[in-house]
Amino acid sequence: MTSRPRRASGPQPGGPQPGGREPDSTAPDSTAPDSAAPDSTGRGGWGLQEVSVWHDDSLALDHVSLVAAAGQVTAVVGGDGAGKTTLLRCLAGAQAPGSGRVSRPEVRRIGYLPASSGLYPDLTVAENLAFRAAAYGLTAAQAREQVAEYLDRAGLTAARDRLVGQLSGGMRQKLGMIAALVHRPDLLVLDEPSTGVDPVSRSDLWWLIARAATGGSAVVFSTSYLDEAERAGLVVALDAGRELATGTPDEIVAAIPGTLRAVRERPSGQDGLRAWRRGGHWRVWDPPGSGPAAGPIAGPAAGPVIRPDLQDAVTVAALARELRLAGSLR
Amino acid sequence: MWAMIVKEFRQLRRDRRTLAMMIVMPVLLLVVLGYAASFDVKTISVAAAGPQAGAVRAVLHGTFDGVTFDVVSAAPAQGRTWAQDELRDGRADMAVVTGGARPAVLIDGSQLFAARAALTALAGLERLARPVAAGGAAGAGGAAAAAGLALGTPQVSILYNPDLKTSDIMIPGLAGVVLVFVGVIITSLGVVRERQTGTLEQLAVMPLRTRDVYLGKIVPYFVVATVDLAIVLAVGIAIFGVPFRGSPAVFALGALEFLFVTLGLGVLISSVSQNQGQAIQLAIMVLLPQVLLSGLIFPLSSIVVGVRWIAYLLPLTYFNQISRCVMLRAEPLSALWPYFAYLALLGAVIVTLATLRFRAFLAPAPSGRNRHRPPGQAGAQRPALAGTAPRDPA
Repeated sequence: MTSRPRRASGPQPGGPQPGGREPDSTAPDSTAPDSAAPDSTGRGGWGLQEVSVWHDDSLALDHVSLVAAAGQVTAVVGGDGAGKTTLLRCLAGAQAPGSGRVSRPEVRRIGYLPASSGLYPDLTVAENLAFRAAAYGLTAAQAREQVAEYLDRAGLTAARDRLVGQLSGGMRQKLGMIAALVHRPDLLVLDEPSTGVDPVSRSDLWWLIARAATGGSAVVFSTSYLDEAERAGLVVALDAGRELATGTPDEIVAAIPGTLRAVRERPSGQDGLRAWRRGGHWRVWDPPGSGPAAGPIAGPAAGPVIRPDLQDAVTVAALARELRLAGSLR
Repeated sequence: MWAMIVKEFRQLRRDRRTLAMMIVMPVLLLVVLGYAASFDVKTISVAAAGPQAGAVRAVLHGTFDGVTFDVVSAAPAQGRTWAQDELRDGRADMAVVTGGARPAVLIDGSQLFAARAALTALAGLERLARPVAAGGAAGAGGAAAAAGLALGTPQVSILYNPDLKTSDIMIPGLAGVVLVFVGVIITSLGVVRERQTGTLEQLAVMPLRTRDVYLGKIVPYFVVATVDLAIVLAVGIAIFGVPFRGSPAVFALGALEFLFVTLGLGVLISSVSQNQGQAIQLAIMVLLPQVLLSGLIFPLSSIVVGVRWIAYLLPLTYFNQISRCVMLRAEPLSALWPYFAYLALLGAVIVTLATLRFRAFLAPAPSGRNRHRPPGQAGAQRPALAGTAPRDPA
């Protein structure tokens, strides 16, 4: 099983955050502890603890925990319908948890980029940012200075007088992220910031994320791109609302049970049920106690055992969970 | 083409609000218009003053050209001033002042259709009376009419709108329509746009109080509606010569109350609409009855009683009265207070409902159920995770 080095923790030590009001701790589950344990870095953080959310009759999040430490980038990964958006909405305060505990800074210290980018298409780039800066209480001088810097770095200076509705998807996402971090939040929550964004703009987005983290923000973003998640300090993998694996990318990779092989053709039989395509090859996962070393297949035809990457590890984690539920794997 | 037709029907079936509007609205309009669409005023309320006030009821007894006079008050001790006050304060459509050489008939011109009906009925009364006065046989009502002539040929005066101009009564009413249009339609569109563009979720997590967002959304429309109102009044007065005889302060107070109601309605509509199309549909459903039943086009007294009660629920009915009464008849606040009281009550109810809805609008989305289950049961409603079929998570 994957290691879980960090659990949800309470507000940062040292009392209230800059900005005035006390941090918010939503705890509909009265059995939840008053303060969560600090994370392994000792710095504390914001996050969710054993949070469940229902959407009508469907359980969208099932006892999911996450900690977002200051200065750390956390990636939430998973396929469509995994619960990524629900998790981020809970963290940002847009979704109330059904049970569990949410710990977040006061609302003025949160920056949130929803999947829709949260921008007004009939306002210009500058007008959108001016609204956001004013709503978060920035002075005109602060707003001018920060907006100019971010727009310049994101390559949007020339577009500052364009209507947001006329921007490309990538430009809109970059602008949405600037709007979310213009007030230098303690917690920055980004819902799929890089979806539909070209590689150059993705690099700009990563600069903005890194800038926020080095400035002390706890950054939590969701993505379907596991190569992107590998750059995060902590990864939370979700599947159908359940927490599949949590840890650093290396920890998640190291924690997969069994071995992984690369083969040219999709294997038949039981092996085929644990195989998936990666590029021009197939990956085959052999749970502990099975595979070519223990079974009839052996030799070069079985394919070499390879070191999995994060994408492989998350897939294996999903398959392993299925086997555990079926009672075939301990 | 068949596929296209099937698709359209499927979409239509799921858009129940549009479907309801397509089916219910025509029927509703037909019924309402059928009962409401009448310019015919059949009863004229009359106030009689002067020493022979008691005889007026007998003289006006009967139906003249389809119009019946209903003497609602008789004050032998009162004179013309009292009679004018009765008209100004809306207690009668017509007043008869006796005691002079000739009786004076005063007609409220601000009630355009009632005034026209009164003139027609008075002419009918005279037609009945003349043959009797000339020694002919008395027909139905003729004797009474002839007795009326014995009081002297009446001197008819039309007050408040002497030329019976349509513009004089329409423009004060149109001011109300402008306020409804901006207040209900434009406001509801402006608010629901936040939901449609996805910025509502952003607002919900920003450090803005519900009150700030609420007022921030409606104040611009309040200003726009006020400017619109000023333009309509200026054009009405300058170009159409509509008089403004009453107190601007009383008019402004009425407009303020009415705007609160309409802006609240706009927010309420937006809070139950998922998109601008739905908001427009609902706004039209709110707007149309107000235009048709508020007395703006058809006199309230002409609307069948079974439908008229709807008119008395609509805010425009009351603003229409306030607007016309203040502009044309200089009616004071003391006579209009029931209208103001109703608008204030309606405003309080609607704004409270709108605020509650708006608060829910901006609150974090609630979790569907608060079930405590052991971990590992998520996705119970979904197909099981692939494990029997290969997949590429990227």
